[in-house]
Amino acid sequence: MSDKVLYVMYDDDEVLKNSAKQLVAKGVKISEVFSPFPIHGIDPIIGIKNTRLGIMAFLYGLTGLTLATVGMRYFMIVDWPMNIGGKPNFSYLDNMLAFIPITFEFTVMCAAHGMAITYLLRNKTLPGMPAQNPDPRTTDDKFVMEIRLSENTKVTEAELDGMLQEIGYLELDKKEIK
Amino acid sequence: MQKEAAIREPLILGHKTYHDVTEDVCRPIEDKAPKMWYILFGIALVIGLYGVGSILYLLGTGVGVWGLNKTIGWAWDITNFVWWVGIGHAGTLISAVLLLFRQKWRMAINRSAEAMTIFAVFMAGTFPLIHMGRLWVGYWVMPIPNQFGSLWVNFNSPLLWDVFAISTYLSVSLVFWYIGLIPDFATIRDRAKKPLAKKMYGILSFGWSGRAKHWNRFELVSLVLAGLATPLVFSVHSIVSFDFATSVIPGWHTTIFPPYFVAGAVFSGFAMVQTLILIMRKAMGLEAYIHTKHVEYMNIVIMVTGSIVGTAYITELFISWYSGVEYESYAFINRATGPYWWAYWSMMTCNVISPQLMWIRRLRRSLLFTFFISIVVNIGMWFERYVIIVTSIHRDYIPAAWSMHFPSHIDIAIYIGTIGLFFVFFLLFARYFPVLALNEVKTILKGSGQSYKESPDYHKHH
Repeated sequence: MSDKVLYVMYDDDEVLKNSAKQLVAKGVKISEVFSPFPIHGIDPIIGIKNTRLGIMAFLYGLTGLTLATVGMRYFMIVDWPMNIGGKPNFSYLDNMLAFIPITFEFTVMCAAHGMAITYLLRNKTLPGMPAQNPDPRTTDDKFVMEIRLSENTKVTEAELDGMLQEIGYLELDKKEIK
Repeated sequence: MQKEAAIREPLILGHKTYHDVTEDVCRPIEDKAPKMWYILFGIALVIGLYGVGSILYLLGTGVGVWGLNKTIGWAWDITNFVWWVGIGHAGTLISAVLLLFRQKWRMAINRSAEAMTIFAVFMAGTFPLIHMGRLWVGYWVMPIPNQFGSLWVNFNSPLLWDVFAISTYLSVSLVFWYIGLIPDFATIRDRAKKPLAKKMYGILSFGWSGRAKHWNRFELVSLVLAGLATPLVFSVHSIVSFDFATSVIPGWHTTIFPPYFVAGAVFSGFAMVQTLILIMRKAMGLEAYIHTKHVEYMNIVIMVTGSIVGTAYITELFISWYSGVEYESYAFINRATGPYWWAYWSMMTCNVISPQLMWIRRLRRSLLFTFFISIVVNIGMWFERYVIIVTSIHRDYIPAAWSMHFPSHIDIAIYIGTIGLFFVFFLLFARYFPVLALNEVKTILKGSGQSYKESPDYHKHH
C-alpha cells in the first residue's frame, strides 16, 4: 500500500508541543515525534502510553532475589553445610544474615541488566541497527513530527497543508512510501 | 518547563542555543587532537605499560615479589584496591543520587565522572585479581559446579561479598553510563563526515533515532537505574569495609567502618572528579558548562564528606580509649606515635584539615586552590587506607612477630602503572566520547541557561 508521510520540522520543543496540541485538537493523528532530547509532556498529546519497563525491572529483581536465596540455601545449607568454629549451618534462617549482602547485590544486578536488555530489545536499538530519524538534524537542534496520510483518512492532504500553514512550521518534507 | 529562582546562578553561561551545545561538545571529537593530548597520552601509556609489565612479572614469579611478609599479608595491594574503589564512588553518586535529588548541575559532570568511575573500578579490580597470584584460576570465586567434590565458595565470607559487590557495581555503572551515551553517540553519528567515523558511531549509537516512545522509556530506565544504583553505591563501600570490620584485628574491628568508608569514598571520588574536570574544561573549552558554581557545589560535597571522615577518625580514637581494651588502644596509639606516625599525620592533615578550608567562600570558588586540594585529598585518602591496613597488622599480639612493610619496586610500579592506565582510558574517553551529556544539557538550557534567565520574560510565562 502506498502512503505519504509528512515530516514537519520545528526548531523548538515548546513550539512543536503547541503545534501538536492544535493538530490533535483538529483530529489529526501524529504518528511519531523525533527529538534530540525528551520533550516533557509530548507523550499524552500524541497518545503515547507510559512504558511498563518499571514493572519488568521489578520482576527481574524478584527473579534475582529468588535465585540468590535458593542458590545460597543449596550451596551452604543443603549441599555442604560448613562447620565453622563448631557452628554448623543447620538452617537458612540461622545463617541468613551472612547472605543478605549477596542477595541484595544479585537482586540489583538482575534488575538492572534485565531492564537494560529489555529496553534495548523493545527499542530495537542494538549494535549495527540503522538510524531511522528522517533528518540528521533531529539529533542536534531540530524537532520533527511525522504525520501519515494513511492514518488520517478524514482529512485530505490539501486540508492538512492548510492547517500546517495556519499553525506554522520551520520546514515541511513529504515522502512517498511504497 | 521547570523554572528556578532568578538569584540562583545559571548553570550554562553565555548565550547558547541547542546547536551551540552540540557544537561545543562535538568539536573536540571532530577536530584533530591537540599536541598536548598526544604528549599526555604517550606519558600515560608508557607508565601504564610499565605497570602491565610489572603485573606480568608478578604473575610469572609469584606474589613474593611484593614487599609482603608473614606479619603484613596485606599492604599496597589492598590499599590501592580500596583507594581506587573509593575514587570510583563519585561517578555513580553524581549520576544516580543527584538524579534522584533532581540536582541539575550534575548534568555537566555526570558523563565524565561516570567514565572516571568505570576506569577506577577497572583499576581496583586488578588488585584482588593479581593478589590471587594464579590469575588463571580466578573463576574459582564464582559458585560454579566443579569436579573437586561438592566444593562451593564460602558465602559467609566478606571477601566473597566483595566479588559480588564489585562485579555488580562495575557492570551496572557501565550499563547506566552506556544507556546515557547512546543518544549522544547518535548526535555524533549524524554529524560525522568521514565514512569510518560515521560507521563507528553508527555501531556505537545502536541505531538510536530519538523517537518519542524511546525517550519515554529512556527516562524511566534512567530513573529506575538511578534508584537501583543509589543503594548500590552505599552497599559497595560498606561491603569493602566489611573485609576489615568483620575481622577481629584491633584497628579493623570497628562498627563505624561502613558509613565511614562510604563518606571517605565519596570524599576521594569528588576530589578525583575535580582534578580531572578542572583540566578537561580548560583543554576542551567547556568553561561555559562546567564553571565555578559546579566546582563550588562539588567542594561543598567534599567539605561535608571530609567532615564526616574527620569525625570518624576522632570517634575511632575516642572509642579505642573508652573501650578499655588495651589491644584496641595500642593499635591507635601505635598509629599516631609508632613507626608509621608520618603516615597517620599525613592522613590527618590531608583529610581533616584541608576540607575545612572549604568553609571560606573565596577558597571554594578558587579553581587553582580546588585543584591543589583535590590532589591533597587523594594523597590523604591513600594514606588513610595504608594506615588502616598496615599499621593495624604490623604489630600484632606477639612482639616477636612485629614487622615493618617496605614496598618493593614492583609494589610501586604496579600502583603507578594503574594510574597510567587510568589516564590512558580517560584520555581515550575524552578524545572519542562526548564528555558532556550534551542532549541532557539541552533539557536544562531554558531553565538554567544564562540568556534565558536574563531575558525579561523568563518569569512572566508558565
